[in-house]
Amino acid sequence: MERLEFIAQRVLKGIVVLVGIVVLNFLLIRLAPGDPAAVMAGEAGASDELFLQQLRAQFGLDRPLLEQLWAYVANILSFDFGFSYRQQRPVVDLLAERLPPTLLLTGTAFVLSLVAGVTLGVMAARRAGRWSDSAITVVALFFYATPLFWVGLMGVLLFSVTLGWLPAFGMASVGVKLTGFAYLADVGRHLVLPALTLTLFHMAVYARMTRASMLEVRDLDFVRTARAKGVDEGSILRRHVLRNAILPVVTIAGMKAGYLLGGSIVVETVFAWPGIGRLAYEAVLQRDYNVLLGVFLVTSALVIAVNLATDVIYSLVDPRIELGA
Amino acid sequence: MSLVRPIATLLAGALAAGMLAAAPAAAQAPADPPRGGTMNIIISPEPPTLMLGINQTTPAAIVGGKIYESLLRYDFDLKPMPGLAKSWTVSPDGLTYTFKLQEGVKWHDGTPFTADDVVFSTKTYLTAVHPRSRPIFQRAEEITAPDPLTVVFKLKGPFAPFIMAWEPSTAPIVPKHIYEGTDFRTNPANNKPIGTGPFKLKEWVRGSHIHFVRNDDYWQKGKPYLDAIYYRVLPDASARVVAMETGQTHLSAFADIETFEVPRLKALPNLEMTTKGYEYLAQIVWLDFNLRNKPFDDRRFRQAVYHAIDRNFLRDRIWFGLGKPATGPIHSSIPHYDANVPKYPFDPKKAEALLDEMGLKRGADGVRARITLDQLPYGDVYIRAGEYIRQALGRIGVQVNLRSADVATWGDRVRNWDYDMTLQVLSQLGHPALGVSRLYVSSNIRKGVLFSNVNGYSNPRIDELFDKAAVAVDPAEAQKMYTEIQKILVEDVPVAWLLELDFPTFIDKRFGNVVTSAIGVRDGFADVFMRR
Repeated sequence: MERLEFIAQRVLKGIVVLVGIVVLNFLLIRLAPGDPAAVMAGEAGASDELFLQQLRAQFGLDRPLLEQLWAYVANILSFDFGFSYRQQRPVVDLLAERLPPTLLLTGTAFVLSLVAGVTLGVMAARRAGRWSDSAITVVALFFYATPLFWVGLMGVLLFSVTLGWLPAFGMASVGVKLTGFAYLADVGRHLVLPALTLTLFHMAVYARMTRASMLEVRDLDFVRTARAKGVDEGSILRRHVLRNAILPVVTIAGMKAGYLLGGSIVVETVFAWPGIGRLAYEAVLQRDYNVLLGVFLVTSALVIAVNLATDVIYSLVDPRIELGA
Repeated sequence: MSLVRPIATLLAGALAAGMLAAAPAAAQAPADPPRGGTMNIIISPEPPTLMLGINQTTPAAIVGGKIYESLLRYDFDLKPMPGLAKSWTVSPDGLTYTFKLQEGVKWHDGTPFTADDVVFSTKTYLTAVHPRSRPIFQRAEEITAPDPLTVVFKLKGPFAPFIMAWEPSTAPIVPKHIYEGTDFRTNPANNKPIGTGPFKLKEWVRGSHIHFVRNDDYWQKGKPYLDAIYYRVLPDASARVVAMETGQTHLSAFADIETFEVPRLKALPNLEMTTKGYEYLAQIVWLDFNLRNKPFDDRRFRQAVYHAIDRNFLRDRIWFGLGKPATGPIHSSIPHYDANVPKYPFDPKKAEALLDEMGLKRGADGVRARITLDQLPYGDVYIRAGEYIRQALGRIGVQVNLRSADVATWGDRVRNWDYDMTLQVLSQLGHPALGVSRLYVSSNIRKGVLFSNVNGYSNPRIDELFDKAAVAVDPAEAQKMYTEIQKILVEDVPVAWLLELDFPTFIDKRFGNVVTSAIGVRDGFADVFMRR
């Protein structure tokens, strides 16, 4: 009951935060030089005053800023995300098309990196100081320090160009109609390289984090007590050490989940993955205000949801933590 | 047409008999190309829309050119060829243009195409939405359709370049029955384009690909040869190289491939490279000076800068041989080009002498002047060119501060005259009156408008010559005026013309007849075929 109340409160607060985000983003975007009409006029390779006026009037950019803001907020409150004049599509359609690929990519990478990272971290901590620990640490450091796009490109060179095992780009084979399992397998093959690229970086973070945290908890009094009681080493590791060591990892993972949404822009670009990161990036360059605000809104909502989930998970992992507003 | 085919067959036979080993495989086009095949083509960036009337970006023109057609096509020498118009005549006074249209043309929805569509497109549609064709079609006094297959344009005054305006991104012909009486910019058909072209839009998966299928009712019987075209959106330059290298895509054009990758791709056995197909656009990259700012108001300073830049170095080291030094405001593939103008060879000593003469002496730190160069945000090659210019001018004592921004910010600065110097690149659109005069005539100095005369050059003689040359009926008379224009402008150096750009088009050798006109990959691809 207490937990439900907590969640309800947080959702309410989240909505207030979202409205704040919308207003702030709306005003921030307008600070950037240029507007969508000017960008489109520039692309035409020619322009005149009439053309700019027509576009501005169509986009509603000729009205006072506060009026535009009010209209936008009112629309958002009625779940109308507006229209992208540039792409000639309702923003909500664009978001609906581009969000699932990103969630698939980042979701896969998130789970993989967490599982692999924590596993490697635990292994390293158990063998602390030995060569296998050093090997894991060095590998983790390597992937942590290497730029994402480079790892991706090297993956493409090895697995697509040289070995020809995996497709280099796209989310599904184009030009063949696949259904059911064959389609899933196809998407899976396309998913391997981009997901792995994203995974390696984040895995490194979790591995290093887990290792450090495990080593810290390993020598605390309650572990020594458990060991003195004769509890076997495996269950000490699982129940006493890991469970306490995992909390900082959960914190970081919660933050990273939000970062994964934005941080996938590079990977989406390298692998031509039709996700929301690229949509946002292109919208920035083109000053496609409505699309950009829509992306900001959706990703902010996701980050707020993930943070809420993180807090709930805290209380599950460590019952001593009380949920409170 | 009936004569051409047997001759081509003979030629092909001769090639097959004796010259097969010597001729590159891709150079031969069979007389009767096989049907079928799918072409995968790189597109980057993704076009915002395929409706050429409301968007004329290069990607939109490339993809939309498969759907929409115009009345004419142009060969590599910019001579008009039949398009939707079968034949055409121009009255001796240069005032009346009569186009006879092809028979049996249908829109993608099955409705017959008629002269009314052409009248609607030029008179109503394009003058409402298209900033580049508005001034062209507003020159028409009267546009009429005396019968369903004839269109007559009566101009208010002669305008020789009128015949050059008929390519799909300048004058796309749109269906009257779909657009008449609607809001052109928001018509739902903008997303489900209906044209007359050889390919129909089947599906567009945003961020991934655009799928075209063969238009079985295309007016050129038996064409197109291909069954389908996929435009693959590949935003990353390295991914595009891999795609061409591995044969996953079959065609790249414009700046898809970074210049430094060109030598490597050129050497690959599965690809051929051509720089043909850009004659209509004819892009020149130039260094633009804001003439309102000191010291750019002094002609000697501009001449000094021009002398200080080694254009051969730019061509060889930055553009990897893709282009040639420009001699003046008009591109050499455009009508009325004249090479006989003052020259500005690379000569730093002369540049320094000019600066000395101006009284711009080197200070204690060796610097004569400090200026800012706005980097053109169109890709790495322009950034590198900007860096070279900073070095080159540094050598003559002009210290250049580089300023970077994204496209929107750069455009905002330039159109509002908030810059010292910037690189610029623009198409000349088949005729100096369409793509060149707009940059130099004083009537086009309009603050807030990009690609107008932003640098503020004003010369009454130039204004007069451009005005008269555009309406001259006699080509020789026009040539005289354009020659004088080029001499005066090159003497004045309102901007420093650097290179005529060559773009590399890479074609997978399995495909033939890919580049067949002056608009290259933006053309309809009715003739493209896949070898068996």
